[in-house]
Amino acid sequence: MTRRTSLAAIAATLIAAGSLALAVLPGAAAIAATACTNGSLSLVHKGQLTVATDAPAYPPYFENNKPANGQGFESAIAYGVGHELGFSSSQVKWTVEPFDDSYAPGPKSFDFDINEISITTARAKAVDFSTSYFDNPQAIVVVKGSKYQHVTSLAQLRGALFGVQVGTTSLSAVTAEIHPTQQPQVFNGSNDVITALRQHKVDAIVVDLATGFYLTSGEIPHGIVVGQFNAPGGDNWGLLLAKHSKLTPCVDDALAKLRSSGELSAITKRWMQSGAGVPVLK
Amino acid sequence: MHATPTTRAAREQARRQRARKSIAVSATATAVVIVGVALAIVFSPGWRTVRETYLSWHYFKQVLPSLPGGFWLDVRIFLIVEVVVLALGLAIALIRTMRAPVLYPVRVVAAVFVDVMRGVPLLILLYLFAFGLSALGFSFIPGSYTILGAAALACCYSAYVSEVFRAGIQSVHPSQPAAGLALGLTRTQTLRHVVLPQAVRAVVPPLLNDFIGLTKDVALVSILGPQEIARIAQINADLYFNYTPYVAAAAFYLVITLPLIRIVDRMRSRGLERQNALVLM
Amino acid sequence: MSAPPVLELRAVTKYYGEREVLGGIDLSVEEGCAVALIGSSGSGKSTLLRCVDLLEEIDDGDIYLDGAPITDPGTDPIPIRRRLGLVFQAYNLFPHKSVIENVVLGAVRAQGMPHEQALVAGHALLERFGLAGRERDYPDRLSGGQQQRVAIVRALMTKPRALLLDEVTSALDPELVGEVLGIIAELKRDGMTMLIATHEMTFAREFADEVCYLDGGKIVERGRPEQIFSEPEHPATRRFLARLLQGARG
Repeated sequence: MTRRTSLAAIAATLIAAGSLALAVLPGAAAIAATACTNGSLSLVHKGQLTVATDAPAYPPYFENNKPANGQGFESAIAYGVGHELGFSSSQVKWTVEPFDDSYAPGPKSFDFDINEISITTARAKAVDFSTSYFDNPQAIVVVKGSKYQHVTSLAQLRGALFGVQVGTTSLSAVTAEIHPTQQPQVFNGSNDVITALRQHKVDAIVVDLATGFYLTSGEIPHGIVVGQFNAPGGDNWGLLLAKHSKLTPCVDDALAKLRSSGELSAITKRWMQSGAGVPVLK
Repeated sequence: MHATPTTRAAREQARRQRARKSIAVSATATAVVIVGVALAIVFSPGWRTVRETYLSWHYFKQVLPSLPGGFWLDVRIFLIVEVVVLALGLAIALIRTMRAPVLYPVRVVAAVFVDVMRGVPLLILLYLFAFGLSALGFSFIPGSYTILGAAALACCYSAYVSEVFRAGIQSVHPSQPAAGLALGLTRTQTLRHVVLPQAVRAVVPPLLNDFIGLTKDVALVSILGPQEIARIAQINADLYFNYTPYVAAAAFYLVITLPLIRIVDRMRSRGLERQNALVLM
Repeated sequence: MSAPPVLELRAVTKYYGEREVLGGIDLSVEEGCAVALIGSSGSGKSTLLRCVDLLEEIDDGDIYLDGAPITDPGTDPIPIRRRLGLVFQAYNLFPHKSVIENVVLGAVRAQGMPHEQALVAGHALLERFGLAGRERDYPDRLSGGQQQRVAIVRALMTKPRALLLDEVTSALDPELVGEVLGIIAELKRDGMTMLIATHEMTFAREFADEVCYLDGGKIVERGRPEQIFSEPEHPATRRFLARLLQGARG
């Protein structure tokens, strides 16, 4: 009698489970969509969206080194993605992650990292990237009076001593597109790169175009953006997530919504100066 | 009872057995530890990821060709700085040891120099020398940050080396310079022919240790721009999001520093042997 | 008019802080004579020799070499030291130099003797004192007696006016004492002026022209060796000699 009852119980459970599964399958997409909303996401810290960037956080990507104020290109994008995922602004929490640490194996201390990080296939073996939110040109900055002030082609820059920041696309862009005769000097942070140019220890520096505008508007006295060029294959920035993160399709989704609603281009237009006025050097 | 030949042979045999047993025990213990650690590593949950991230053969091969150039830069900076350090360190030690009253202001400057260079972290010294001095805008300050960084290294290490030389000079027993003076040598001649040769011989191991330290600290100059090996490793690591380049750079360094370390160890143990032999005599 | 003594000390006094280590020493050593200083350790014998060699400064009194004062404040000690030879109890050979290098250093550097000439002279002296063939050895390969002989050769190379010997056999094993005393005796026979601090009573009795007993920095008694050793007048001298004999017998 017990056995029959158990068998029946098991059978009933199985049938119920099976029907539930069948009922669920067509709505899988719907479930996936709901799986991306606040409440069903797998987050590092429950109830909040933990976003990482490096310190100090520079304009025009952040303002006043305070990512939480929502000002600046990447701060705005982070909050935009957060809102699409169903978080209020106060539920978005910021944390500092040095660039060199962001790709270390093991669990991350953030849900995603936004830090002008370029997407490459090699890097994608170690981490997950979102779709691109920005295509970044390289800018060449010199000080007024430099002999490279009026160049019209990249070849004319071959003799220059360049300064770049480590970990940026700028070094490989310089090497690949300009082929300088002197080995570029590589510095830890953009501060040191700027100092090197100001102290005339390098002839020119190569930075992201947006950074170039920011620097020449005050940081570097008499600084000029001489021209822009593209790293081979372009330079696409993406959000960085842990490899196989469950959040990746969700942020892609959020970015897609920002794109289709026009908000992404509005943010870009507001914070990133158009490079239309800067000559494109080849 | 007098000792028979068999007693002696029996003793030797017992000794051999003890030796064999001790070898067997140490071999077993070593094997157990090695195997245990290896198993613990290989079966740890993150092993595969760690192996791919730090010990990737693919990235090792990829980064290897770019490393020798950077290492050669380190070697060049190191050789020049080491020569300066030995000369400057000895000069400072002599200035601080000699008692001529006319040298007093120079002695004070030397003492302050040594205190500051030993007291400030090398990283900060590098920034101060390179970016700081350049900001002063004097035209005689050399152009490149690399040279200024090498100067910071030289000043920092000269301070330590001067203390080593000073200790060496003070370790020479006063009866030695007394014997020199008794022969009618001047103080300078005594220093040159009697004291310094003994002082320098006495401090070769600590000097070699500083030598080894310098070979590694040279890599810090990378923060000032030049693409030496540590920076090249970092560039590649950032490019590929893989830490194997650091492991490759470390391997390069070990090839040079390990033999140096062995040499220093051997010199030190020979020195101890000689000291102990004298005591037993 | 006879020549002044090679060495003369008048009322030589020295303090270490508050402590008086030499209290008014009067002493003279004539040409070719040997004066022996005896006394227990701490009596001031070594200090006295070091002061004569101008390795230490005296606080009062005068020292004369060949009649000329050497302890005036303005005098340069270096030429004086070149004319005196000091041999130490612990030999103090230079361990980083070979025997021959030890021997020629003073002559070549201090007196400007040409290197070749110094080598010849050095070899000759080393051979004379039984050290032929050891020129290239380093001091740590020599016995104590051999090292002391090298030290004496080293002091002789500068052709000193007088030899100052500071307990030169005290650090030696008994069987090695003889070879060193033999050299000193030979030098005495050749007419070397000497001031010798020593514990070797038999040697002092046989070779010294005068014996001075020092106690607490003062010369308590002095005289010819036969008189001092057989009939010491001062009770302190008698006590010292008695202790010495007891030690020798025990």
